Amino acid sequence: MGDHHHGPAKGLTRWLFTTNHKDIGTMYLWFSFAMFILGGFFAMVIRAELFQPGMQLIDPAFFNQMTTLHGLIMVFGAIMPSFVGLANWLIPMMIGAPDMALPRMNNWSFWILPPTFLLLASTLFMEGGAPAFGWTFYAPLSTTYAPPSVTFFIFSVHVLGLSSIMGSINIIATVMNMRAPGMTYMKMPLFVWTWLITAFLLVAVMPVLAGAVTMMLMDIHFGTSFFSAAGGGDPVLFQHVFWFFGHPEVYIIILPAFGVVSQIIPAFSRKPLFGYDSMVYATASIAFLSFIVWAHHMYTVGMPVAGELFFMYATMLIAVPTGVKVFNWISTMWRGAMSFETPMLFSIGFLVLFTIGGFTGLMLSIAPADFQYHDSYFVVAHFHYVMVAGAVFSMTAAIYFWLPKWCGRMYNETMGKTHFWISFIGFNLAFFPQHFVGLAGMPRRIPDYALQFADFNMMSSIGAFIYGASQILFLYNVIATIVAGEPTSEEKVWDGAEGLEWTLPTPAPYHTFETPPAVK
Amino acid sequence: MGFKAKRLVQAALAPVLLLTSVVCAAAGELSSVNMSPGVTVVGREIYDLHMIILGICVVIGVLVFGVMFYSIIYHRKSRGVTPATFHESTKVEIAWTVVPFIILIAMAVPATTTLLDIYDTDEAELDIIVKGYQWKWKYEYLTEDGDNVAFFSNLRTPQAEIYNVEAKGQNYLLEVDEPLVLPVNTKVRFLVTANDVIHSWWVPQLAVKKDAIPGFINEISTRTADEGVYRGQCSELCGKDHGFMPIVVNVVSKEEYAEWFAGKQAEAAEVNDLMAQTFAMDELMDRGQSVYTRNCLACHGADGEGGVGTAIAGSAIATGDVSGHLEVGINGVPGTAMQAFGGQLNDVDMAAVITYQRNAFGNNMGDLIQPIDVYNYKKGQ
Repeated sequence: MGDHHHGPAKGLTRWLFTTNHKDIGTMYLWFSFAMFILGGFFAMVIRAELFQPGMQLIDPAFFNQMTTLHGLIMVFGAIMPSFVGLANWLIPMMIGAPDMALPRMNNWSFWILPPTFLLLASTLFMEGGAPAFGWTFYAPLSTTYAPPSVTFFIFSVHVLGLSSIMGSINIIATVMNMRAPGMTYMKMPLFVWTWLITAFLLVAVMPVLAGAVTMMLMDIHFGTSFFSAAGGGDPVLFQHVFWFFGHPEVYIIILPAFGVVSQIIPAFSRKPLFGYDSMVYATASIAFLSFIVWAHHMYTVGMPVAGELFFMYATMLIAVPTGVKVFNWISTMWRGAMSFETPMLFSIGFLVLFTIGGFTGLMLSIAPADFQYHDSYFVVAHFHYVMVAGAVFSMTAAIYFWLPKWCGRMYNETMGKTHFWISFIGFNLAFFPQHFVGLAGMPRRIPDYALQFADFNMMSSIGAFIYGASQILFLYNVIATIVAGEPTSEEKVWDGAEGLEWTLPTPAPYHTFETPPAVK
Repeated sequence: MGFKAKRLVQAALAPVLLLTSVVCAAAGELSSVNMSPGVTVVGREIYDLHMIILGICVVIGVLVFGVMFYSIIYHRKSRGVTPATFHESTKVEIAWTVVPFIILIAMAVPATTTLLDIYDTDEAELDIIVKGYQWKWKYEYLTEDGDNVAFFSNLRTPQAEIYNVEAKGQNYLLEVDEPLVLPVNTKVRFLVTANDVIHSWWVPQLAVKKDAIPGFINEISTRTADEGVYRGQCSELCGKDHGFMPIVVNVVSKEEYAEWFAGKQAEAAEVNDLMAQTFAMDELMDRGQSVYTRNCLACHGADGEGGVGTAIAGSAIATGDVSGHLEVGINGVPGTAMQAFGGQLNDVDMAAVITYQRNAFGNNMGDLIQPIDVYNYKKGQ
């Protein structure tokens, strides 16, 4: 114990200047939860307006601002940073490293986020209102026809991309250089694997998104015509560039979620993960395929039939590695000795609902059928099954799973299980009926709808309110655990959990693995 | 193990069959929970494809979840079981990579044939340009002699119904002032494009959805089969009133269609006559008000108070020089949402709406703009 072996600094500067992976992870997690609440609040406004046919609470222009900000904040502010936070906390602990490889950059990649989202949210109060062109911001609605606040939006996206790229470089550097002796690649926990692959995806596609918004900026302010046919450009070019980023982006969101579930299911099945190698290969295959399927978001833009066929076949192929993953998780459960604590419940919820989202994804990949599904509520239902029941459920499972390890206190199990069941029921009530209205012909992103969609929309709104309210229970449970949860000092908080992080003392000390552990 | 697996398969298959039959039966009956088979051959094909894929997904889902729930029920710690230790099997991994791949090929075959049917580019009997505007559709019937018929199709649902002042009608938000009229048993080719932003022309029962992209022309065909009224909506976010630009297609007998088409041509000739006339203030104000409601109100407000667009009440343009006002109305304001209405409104309607804007909302300029003024302004450019 020398002078260099110290605890956290005192006061605000601890958080401002910290280079500690745990502090930064904590800040990422709290920030993303705050964004989750903000994005969720926007969703509640949307569902309140859609509770009944007719315009009740807000006007159509504001409705579009709500759908846009809801999407942007949930994707870029809530889900992505939450998994970066998790990576910060867990990757060093899982590979036996003392910290992240690039701690000062780590500090930066977090601290540029809050001002960026403040800037993005402030567009709501600007003249002309916030961006109102959807989170996919198709040109020319987002260029020639955009409100003046679009420039602030473009700047925000640039900075978010910067943050993601810095975070990813850090993760890649850490995983490649800081593994404990004996921790070969094929011994790494699956969560580390999925994040390593995700980080490569991020480094590859974030610059593409930056390119898209830069071209928008040029079109808006500098008289170019990248996306304007009148000047020789092409609005569809925007969609190609956007989805070349956008499709890998959805795997960026879901791969770490796969990693989380691959840690939790074996722990509560008390049985090693089935098919570790094939899980790694499946993740890599999904990542590769994600680069060659982007135009399945654009089947109706008027592609030649050969293009349609290529993107259809490539997209259908994704079902193979995804299926392998699902089968492996179920085989892990098979003949295990399962118990159903909250993290396991959320993981099983993930498994069932994500698989349903996978099925609708397969249906959407069928180009001729997609002509009918495209831009309808069927799509809205599909991506909420993979984004909410996929990414958010697995994130929730992760918090319940590792929180006791992090703070040395146990959460309230009854409250956790209650949170799961309310979430599960609320989620399905909100999103399952959206399959029906979508198939029956309700387009997405409309503030008002025809009368035949009224019953299911009301159901959907009630479900959304229930799901939203259940998050208050979650927040309460987490705070109550940190402040006054029952103390635990078991190294293995969960008897079936395996991995280096469970060899550390509980709660995990501020600095860990200053001497690398030996990995068998 | 062998016995157990067999029992498992049996146990899983019973609910599969039950569920698929229930789903298929229910889906065929109720269009409020499922895709409509529509009224075209291609629509029926797409519907069948949709049901096949859905069926396969349901069967796989029930099998997979069946195994999972069996495991959840029987392989739990509270039953005192000892966990097994197996964790890999190359054979099994290969099996569940190859089998799904074969299922996918089975799906790809009907999907490919249906897609090729949709991309059928045989000669159409009728060509119609469908053009999306913020927030209405324009239909233009192409004829061989160049005597095209064109008109705009606007939402007919009154604001009072949307803002819950009046009870909502049966076709709330799915009704237009002038529907697209098509003859039955005809192959129709739609040439889809847009004036401003991207829209998407979707009529579920005709199995037609195509993006309308400014500067590009997309092509999609349908063969009308049954007479009837088919309703759809814009399905690509196109700005504020994206939810308020419905599509109504009237498929009628060939005789009725011919009669309707002749009527439209006569109407166009009549407007030509009106162009040469002069109107009194109250005639222009009446006509102007209805033109305003259909074309200007969405952005400029019911009382000219503004919104997406600038206010008209007391505005410098509406209370300034007439030619400045005509310029904005006819050529729009480039780079903003204010469109060039010169090509959308005929000279009578343009004259009426300019007159209306200059005399309503307390503007009271007292000047009258006649169709000939509009004509001269356009000519002078």
